[in-house]
Amino acid sequence: MRNDQLTLAPARGPSGPRNGRALPPWVSTTALLMPTYGWLTIAVFLPLLTMFAFSFLSATPMGKAPIVFTLKQYRAFFDQPYLVGIGITSLLIGFWTTLICAILGFLAAVALVRSTFGKTREMLLILILLPFWTNGLVRVFSWTMVLRENGFLDSLLHMVAPDAGSIGFLYTRYAIVVGLVHGYLPYMILTCYIALVTIDDAIIEAAASLGARWWTILFKILLPLAAPGLISGAVLTFVPVIGSFMEPRILGGRVGVTMGTVIEDQFTQAFNWPLGASLSFTLLAVVLAIFATFSGVLRRGTAA
Amino acid sequence: MTNVKVNSVAKTYGTTPVLADITTEFADGSFTSLLGPSGSGKTTLLRIIAGFIKPDQGLVMIGNNDVTDVPVWGRNIGMMFQSYALFPHMTIAQNVAFGLERRGIRGAEARRQVDRALEMVRLPGFGDRTPKQLSGGQQQRVALARAIVIKPSVLLLDEPLSALDRRLRQEMQVELLRIQRESGLTTIFVTHDQEEALTLSDKVAILDKGRIVQIGEPETVYEKPLTRFSAEFLGDSNFLTGAVEDGAVRLADGSLIKSTSILPATGSTVTLAIRPEKMAIASGSTAENSIKARITTVIYAGPVLSYHLETADGLPLKLFAQNRDGTVLKEGDEISLTWSAQHTVAVAD
Repeated sequence: MRNDQLTLAPARGPSGPRNGRALPPWVSTTALLMPTYGWLTIAVFLPLLTMFAFSFLSATPMGKAPIVFTLKQYRAFFDQPYLVGIGITSLLIGFWTTLICAILGFLAAVALVRSTFGKTREMLLILILLPFWTNGLVRVFSWTMVLRENGFLDSLLHMVAPDAGSIGFLYTRYAIVVGLVHGYLPYMILTCYIALVTIDDAIIEAAASLGARWWTILFKILLPLAAPGLISGAVLTFVPVIGSFMEPRILGGRVGVTMGTVIEDQFTQAFNWPLGASLSFTLLAVVLAIFATFSGVLRRGTAA
Repeated sequence: MTNVKVNSVAKTYGTTPVLADITTEFADGSFTSLLGPSGSGKTTLLRIIAGFIKPDQGLVMIGNNDVTDVPVWGRNIGMMFQSYALFPHMTIAQNVAFGLERRGIRGAEARRQVDRALEMVRLPGFGDRTPKQLSGGQQQRVALARAIVIKPSVLLLDEPLSALDRRLRQEMQVELLRIQRESGLTTIFVTHDQEEALTLSDKVAILDKGRIVQIGEPETVYEKPLTRFSAEFLGDSNFLTGAVEDGAVRLADGSLIKSTSILPATGSTVTLAIRPEKMAIASGSTAENSIKARITTVIYAGPVLSYHLETADGLPLKLFAQNRDGTVLKEGDEISLTWSAQHTVAVAD
């Protein structure tokens, strides 16, 4: 019924007489999908394809140097073994950031869902979303103010213990992880929140009535039921984090060399787009391989 | 085997009193229904007994233990919810075993008890399925198995049959009653379905505005309602108001109505309740009480005919008549209704 009306609507026009000829359903379906897919094609698929093509070139096709197709850009990890170390650093930063986000985000979402109502909950959700509204650069730089020697963190410490040394850890990998957790925690909180808010209160009450205490409810009921939210949150965090370059650069200083910064350098400093592109796609392949390995485990975890 | 006692339990939300000083006892092995309209406090009372709500004052006793300050998980209760509340990520066997695990019962012994519980609710061999694969009625049976497998001190049922369709609900009523009798569990059942309450219970408690207005055996509560509210909420009632005179009640139209109830002092106003099925259309014989009325609406429901009537004073009455000989009276017919004094119950307003 509804489908028919939808297909007839454009045929009728605003003032013209109804011509009574129904368009086949696929026409309306295609027409409705066109804007989205058109936009995705222009904004995502084409640039990605271009980059993919670039990754097989011998040099950036903008100078006078002759361009040939080659696979040598994909040999970078063998030709420059230090890249392997950088890749592992990136993966480790991604792992720790995702893990910390998962623990903090899940607990925050549980607190939001189980102990807040109405206006309070709305306010807290807005506060959680604040990092999204602030400029990323400002957000990251403000962490340098906190973490540097004699920064905010040290001031706090010295108020309590004036003789203590500095605990500022700017320009370490911990600083990078702190900055990244701050930036990506909202994703995790929101995806967990959405998963948790759909759980019927009666399920938790049933568990309590059967003798479950809070930790049993947390680990045996809430955690498994929120697993889809945790997984999508982990994906939303892990993927951008291992490609991030702003946080490593600003908070990591000398130790802030990650795949993200290396790739960015290839585009902005070294002007070697093909290498940057090939590194990007290698990274993408690694991420996909990781997800493929874990997807079976994760699916079993949520379906059980 | 335990009884449950609540002693002057009260609960107020903000300034709204939800429960006002409730004291009652649920006998060992009995099946009690808490019946009342929404907002009457019946669910609040059940949740206070379960431990989900802390009363502002009063005591909750399960057996000989004061559990007022014991959290839900320590009360050893079995509970069923309207929404089934099965754990969707666990199999049926895991669902039923959940409470056993909390009590340290695992492995073969747990499996044996789970199997027995599933047999009791007539779902043997369903252990490996997931809740999603079961129908609503089957899920509710699993919820029952999960609640009874832990051998709770008391079984608390929060409108567990409301989400089921009529046929299934009747089937589950029978099952519930059978299992309750077999297990001998003290059971408290919240419902707004009066028929369900009458069918299942040893005792019915009628709640209104946070108070228990009447508690007793279903027959007593139905035949001898104490207040206008119980007479109206449980089943249908006709109400006649008049002044007490010579041990009877004089109505406004001058007729004298006899009642076997104890009436207040001569001269005071009293309300009488008469069940619509206790009235009959006069057929020459003289019953103790009678009143004339005109039929305004006829509802033909097959086995039962229900007539809406109006007296000369404009008082609305109802009459339920068995469809014995197939004669149906028409709207506008003037008839005389008769009934006996013992079915005329004086109620408090």
